[in-house]
Amino acid sequence: MNIPPQNSIKNPLFQKIEQARHRQGKVRDTHITLAHGSGGKAMRDLIDDIFVSSFDNPILSQLEDQATLNLARLMQQGDRLAFTTDSYVVDPLFFPGSDIGELAINGTVNDLAVSGAKPLYLTCSVILEEGLPVETLRRVATSMKAAAEKASVQIVTGDTKVVHRGAADKLFINTAGIGIIPRGVNISAHNIKPGDAIIINGEIGNHGTAILIARGELALETDIESDCQPLHSLVETILHVCPQIHAMRDATRGGLATVLNEFALSSNVGIRLFEESIPVREEVNGVCEILGLDPLYLANEGKLVVVVPKENAGKVLSAMKSHPAGKDACIIGEVISSPPGIVLLKTLFGAERIVDMLVGDQLPRIC
Amino acid sequence: MKYVDEFREPEKAEAIRREIAKLCHQLEKPIKIMEVCGGHTHSIFKYGIEEILPQTIELIHGPGCPVCVMPKGRLDDAIAISQNHNVIFATFGDAMRVPGSKTTLLQARAQGADIRMVYSPLDSLQIAKDNRDKQVVFFALGFETTAPSTAFTILQAAAEGIHNFSMFSNHVLVIPALKALLDNPDLQLDGFVGPGHVSMVIGTDPYQFISQQYNKPIVVSGFEPLDILQSIWMLLQQLVENRCEVENQYNRIVEKSGNTVALQAINKVFTVRDSFDWRGLGDIPYSGLKIKPEYAQFDAELKFTIPNLKVADHKACKCGEILKGVLKPWECKVFGTACTPETPIGTCMVSSEGACAAYYKYGRLSTIAKRTIPKVTITQEPLPACGFFSD
Repeated sequence: MNIPPQNSIKNPLFQKIEQARHRQGKVRDTHITLAHGSGGKAMRDLIDDIFVSSFDNPILSQLEDQATLNLARLMQQGDRLAFTTDSYVVDPLFFPGSDIGELAINGTVNDLAVSGAKPLYLTCSVILEEGLPVETLRRVATSMKAAAEKASVQIVTGDTKVVHRGAADKLFINTAGIGIIPRGVNISAHNIKPGDAIIINGEIGNHGTAILIARGELALETDIESDCQPLHSLVETILHVCPQIHAMRDATRGGLATVLNEFALSSNVGIRLFEESIPVREEVNGVCEILGLDPLYLANEGKLVVVVPKENAGKVLSAMKSHPAGKDACIIGEVISSPPGIVLLKTLFGAERIVDMLVGDQLPRIC
Repeated sequence: MKYVDEFREPEKAEAIRREIAKLCHQLEKPIKIMEVCGGHTHSIFKYGIEEILPQTIELIHGPGCPVCVMPKGRLDDAIAISQNHNVIFATFGDAMRVPGSKTTLLQARAQGADIRMVYSPLDSLQIAKDNRDKQVVFFALGFETTAPSTAFTILQAAAEGIHNFSMFSNHVLVIPALKALLDNPDLQLDGFVGPGHVSMVIGTDPYQFISQQYNKPIVVSGFEPLDILQSIWMLLQQLVENRCEVENQYNRIVEKSGNTVALQAINKVFTVRDSFDWRGLGDIPYSGLKIKPEYAQFDAELKFTIPNLKVADHKACKCGEILKGVLKPWECKVFGTACTPETPIGTCMVSSEGACAAYYKYGRLSTIAKRTIPKVTITQEPLPACGFFSD
């Protein structure tokens, strides 16, 4: 058999074919199919076209099975690594003020930030339902890219799975993240002491209400938008004026009430809230009145609860107010020694009641 | 908030509180007042109203939470319907966690039943229109407050000829329940704060028997803190002046003869059952509504085979006594230990509007217990330890 000489492959036609074979992948389907999760060419095209091109950074572009990070560079920034993960399954995917993509970035950035860490690198795993419009995924990835840039983090590795239609609800995202905690910063729910002041950076319940309305089941119209935002820069501002912050947490699912109950239990202290000081929008109160819900338990995606020694409360509050993410900050309560493990609310009328942990979901009442 | 904030002003509340305190001085004995409606119970605890009242006023939390009074057997029936193949079962959210004898609708959904939460019965009718190959059943419950909307939904289903739709009616009536309470010799009340939403439908006239036959004053009340405080003040005024009348504090919403259109819809679609079983209170004659034979095609009780069994309340549960004001929630052996909002045993712990749930969720028991008027007739086994509430 005659074997053609090597240089015969230099045929211009073959070269054109080879170039086409190696050009960057592009998704031509309009909807996600099982092939996009098969591990083959369709999946590679999806990753190239949607994720690599959107997230665009040198670590991800290596497309190894893992991201490789420079340890020495990390160690220059602090002495401890903060590491977290969260999954995002919101319905609808797009809602007033934000979307699942931005949520998946800010949620993980905020989980890192409330330890005092500087968030640096994120992962992004997606579970896609067969039939999801590719355009929807593209929109979400673009939103993730914008959120990552705003939060100064890079999405450095990820994973894609496709499941049969009906096995998942459109799109699930998991993000994990690492950040570096500077030396000397020690923030923990176990540090809280009687006498501490409790500060929040703004109105509660906007995100939970925006989602409820966006589901379209209530035939209500409002202009409430999700408060989804990254909090790392606000945290940096706070730590700059008061490195002795005792505890900090973002009040997401379960709302303000849940965070404060966790604080009270972790440090075995009591917490007294002042109802008149807790900022709640009129529209959020209105929706809660109609449905029998309590804004204290509604989800937030950009709210930070800070517990700070009383003598530092003033300067922390001023610093927060000077930052766009904290311009509506206010002191909402105080830490007390008794009753331990219990959160109390001083009502508008001077009475006190317990604010308990949420049992299950808040369910709308019938009358 | 427009139309709401003005009913929550602390200064006005303080002014009414002072007036209430003055009236209490003029009364020679402590006063027991029952708020019938669960919505009032919820507001009282949420705003801490009882705590700012003089200690000589004791509030008894009545049976007016429609979810709480649903008996276990009816829940079992609802769950049995939901488990039928080809059925979509639609319900209000707060019925999802109410326990039947073995399980809840929430658990039934997790096990595969197609159970959907809706905000109005009309939403369930829409589900029926969108799923013609399925049978859609709406879990109709509540007092006269919600009965008109379910009646209108049946009338609309009939008008549109929607045949894959039916309702499992568990509507109950407030007047027979009040009669049953008043006939109970255990009950020692000085007056009632009457339900606002129910009265919006039935008006204030049906309460005349309370003042005329039982010599108790009643004031129909709104749900905002100032509404409730004003209603208590009006009740005390009656007691001081030795009057016994039906008064209407909620006159911005409630009319004397109620809402004629709503009442006509109820009468057109529903008829009164001979008897209905209430959780905690047992059988009460003529206290439930069932669908009339003319609308039998929309009656899920006729369309489906259901167990239709009566299931007794747990022996340790003292909800009956608590609903009558004979016992306080923490005087029940299982309160806060075996019976909690996560694992409710009795009626009063089921919904957040139930007395036990309100005490558990909002109440600082040590503070409340201090202000409770001492009773001499109750003999109880030692109370369970409630370290959770220690202060």
